[in-house]
Amino acid sequence: MGHIILENVKKRFGEVTVIPPLDLEINDGEFVVFVGPSGCGKSTLLRLIAGLEDVTGGRIIIDGKDATSVPPARRGLAMVFQSYALYPHMSVRKNIAFPLRMARLERAEIDRRVKAAAEVLNLTDYLDRRPGQLSGGQRQRVAIGRAIVREPAAFLFDEPLSNLDAALRVGMRLEISELHKRLETTMIYVTHDQVEAMTMADKIVVLRAGNIEQVGSPLELYRNPRNLFVAGFIGSPKMNLINGSIAAQHGAETIGIRPEHIFASSEGGEWHGKVSVSEHLGSDTFFHVTCDGIPEPVTVRVGGEVDLHYGDDIWLTPDPNHLHRFDTQGLRVA
Amino acid sequence: MATQHSRSAARLMLAPAVVLLLGWMLVPLTLTLYLSFKKYLPLRGDSLQNGLEWVGFENYARFISSSAFWPSVQATLIIVGGVLLITVVLGVLLAILLDQPIWGQGIVRLFVIAPFFVMPTVSALVWKNMLMDPINGIFAHLWRFFGATPVSWLSDASVQSIILIVSWQWLPFATLILLTAIQSLDSEQLEAAEMDGASPLARFFYIVLPHLSRAITIVILIQTIFLLSIFAEIFVTTGGSFGTRTLTYLIFQRVVDSQNIGLGSAGGVYAIILANIVAIFLMRIVGKNLDR
Amino acid sequence: MARAVTPRRKIITTAVAWAIGLLIFFPIYWTILTSFKTEAQAINDPPLFFSFDWTLENYAVVQERSDYMRFLWNSVILAGGSTLIGILVAIPAAWSMAFVPSRRTKDILLWMLSTKMLPAVGVLYPISLIFVQFNLLDTRGGLIAVLMLINLPIIVWMLYTYFKEIPIDILEAARMDGANLREEILYILTPMAIPGIASTILLNFILAWNEAFWTLNLTAANSAPLTAFIASYSSPEGLFFAKLSAASTMAIAPILILGWFSQKQLVRGLTFGAVK
Repeated sequence: MGHIILENVKKRFGEVTVIPPLDLEINDGEFVVFVGPSGCGKSTLLRLIAGLEDVTGGRIIIDGKDATSVPPARRGLAMVFQSYALYPHMSVRKNIAFPLRMARLERAEIDRRVKAAAEVLNLTDYLDRRPGQLSGGQRQRVAIGRAIVREPAAFLFDEPLSNLDAALRVGMRLEISELHKRLETTMIYVTHDQVEAMTMADKIVVLRAGNIEQVGSPLELYRNPRNLFVAGFIGSPKMNLINGSIAAQHGAETIGIRPEHIFASSEGGEWHGKVSVSEHLGSDTFFHVTCDGIPEPVTVRVGGEVDLHYGDDIWLTPDPNHLHRFDTQGLRVA
Repeated sequence: MATQHSRSAARLMLAPAVVLLLGWMLVPLTLTLYLSFKKYLPLRGDSLQNGLEWVGFENYARFISSSAFWPSVQATLIIVGGVLLITVVLGVLLAILLDQPIWGQGIVRLFVIAPFFVMPTVSALVWKNMLMDPINGIFAHLWRFFGATPVSWLSDASVQSIILIVSWQWLPFATLILLTAIQSLDSEQLEAAEMDGASPLARFFYIVLPHLSRAITIVILIQTIFLLSIFAEIFVTTGGSFGTRTLTYLIFQRVVDSQNIGLGSAGGVYAIILANIVAIFLMRIVGKNLDR
Repeated sequence: MARAVTPRRKIITTAVAWAIGLLIFFPIYWTILTSFKTEAQAINDPPLFFSFDWTLENYAVVQERSDYMRFLWNSVILAGGSTLIGILVAIPAAWSMAFVPSRRTKDILLWMLSTKMLPAVGVLYPISLIFVQFNLLDTRGGLIAVLMLINLPIIVWMLYTYFKEIPIDILEAARMDGANLREEILYILTPMAIPGIASTILLNFILAWNEAFWTLNLTAANSAPLTAFIASYSSPEGLFFAKLSAASTMAIAPILILGWFSQKQLVRGLTFGAVK
């Protein structure tokens, strides 16, 4: 089980409103990612669900029961912290066993579950070490181990990968996704990294200043961003957003076109420009193009190696099927 | 940031400490304040049961106008000032010395800080007898060895002697704190200054001393608070005679020896005010530190 | 990075530092040395530095004449009892200020500090009055209470600065793991803060051991600790240097050893965390 409903949930710190009234439903077994720039309230929202903060108003319903004033220990949720928050004075074994000890489980049962979790997470050889003797990735796994032994209704992850180096992050991302497939437990995952959101989520919740900007599957958000903020936030490299006369030609205040939806040619096309920076990644090449009549440089992706350099002429043609149009409010025009 | 639940738990857990200290502060303070406005001479038959005569500010006026008051203020200032001067100057020098690479640094450090752990009554007695005794003390031996007449330290140079004893006790404190502060000085700063052509003396005055200024201020303020109420050292050595009667000791004598409680309480209020003036400065510094 | 220093310079600084160190330590060294002499040798002119008959007689006489063990026991009880109770009161208080700070936390901390600055002599009479009223004069209980109260601000402050260094995430993790407040403090906070708590105990034991205003003014025969035991030697009776030395050595030896272990924490404790 792990069905969580936020009803009209509000949070204020003194005079500062961090979360204006907000509704959200998280279904059992879903992998939900809260994503947004720093300070958007995503961590606060997670802590409200965890019970580490009180809501200022509204209700939190977990599996049909009102959990708004239930202390964190009794909500049946497990949390993995950004800093891992391992108990430094306890061995890995004791760290993982701690929630079970608090739940007054029998010794044999505790040992059994710790052993099982350690096997799943490849920690068996490290059970008697202290957290200080582990690498970043191993610590991360201990933190996850401590969460899974409780068999919680839902897992809460607070930017769990941000302290790992890039290579390790990709590996852990896969591990967490696999874990979700295997356990089929609800997971709520907070990150500022849209790549993590896109790769892991069943459902992404994009937050800005405490407001939900859009909720949807990664591809929904990619294909149909509801507004300029989501359009600019989801996708890498960012969507090109163009104002002015070119937008007006398409009947919009702003048009958006992703770099991968622009056709580039050295002979002819819709927009003429000159290459300012070219980034050669091998599989792809990104050109930053200064176009006539467009103030911002336009980013375009070209497959493979293309031999164009600084100052070379280039013509760009946006794919009309993937053109996003936004009105003066920044909202999507159908 | 926390939940209502943990906030009320926090208040509950803070309560015992706050209540205890509040009682410890308020009850005696109120009594002292109350008594300072009363004539209370238990030896002449005054007692709390029969009620005390209200005398207004008479005790305050009499305490200040008594012939012992100004000398006691003077003694206090000289002793506190002298000890501060000696401990800070020597403390800075010693801290720099101990920061240098030397053989057996740990042992030297232990020697230097040892006096701080000697209880005040012991250090007073040891200095009074073993070192300063005009016949058998080490100083007397030393003086005679060089053909000089031994000095009766605690009667002829009483204030200086007290300063010496108390400085010996507090030098470790100053040294230890200043040493800690020096060790936190980024050595790259010194190297940069050296590259800029600063002489060792210039480096001391322009880099080391400014870096130590906060630690020095803290040493001065904390020591002042403790030094204003030194007691055992005087109690054991001179008993307040030969010009060593400090404000603290004067109040002690008024209360305990001459049993003039009202007068002593008025003196106590003065001492509290004095200590609070120093305390305000200390708290500012400590408070600023809390914000970081 | 320490730089290489010429050997000559190191020799000179070493010599100077040792000379000053020994000079500062001399009164203590001389006291300990004298305690092993006979009374006649103790006042010998010139002073005897090594060639004398080592004797333990003074220690025996001191113990026999003034019952040193009883004073020692009182010191242990007073310093230990006041520190222990202080710690028990201070741990919850420090937890609450370090981890659930409110707008008033800073003011409360500073106010606690200010009570430490109350000059003892200003409240001597009221306290003795209260002691008489409640029959506490010359009892260990009364003195334990006073010593606990005068050191409580330092204990709270020291623990507060140590607790502050523990990431709150870890306590929150324990909360998520199902620990209640008692379990959170008992199983997570206290073990993590053990080094800090130990140094707090050590420093406050030393401070209470050496406290010499209240112990001199509020005790008599029954509950007097070593501070008072030594003060009773202030009136000389014939030849007494060696015995005074023996008594002094016995009074400071235990604490000197403890103190040497706690020198690092001393700085932090006595500057209320302002210098680390």
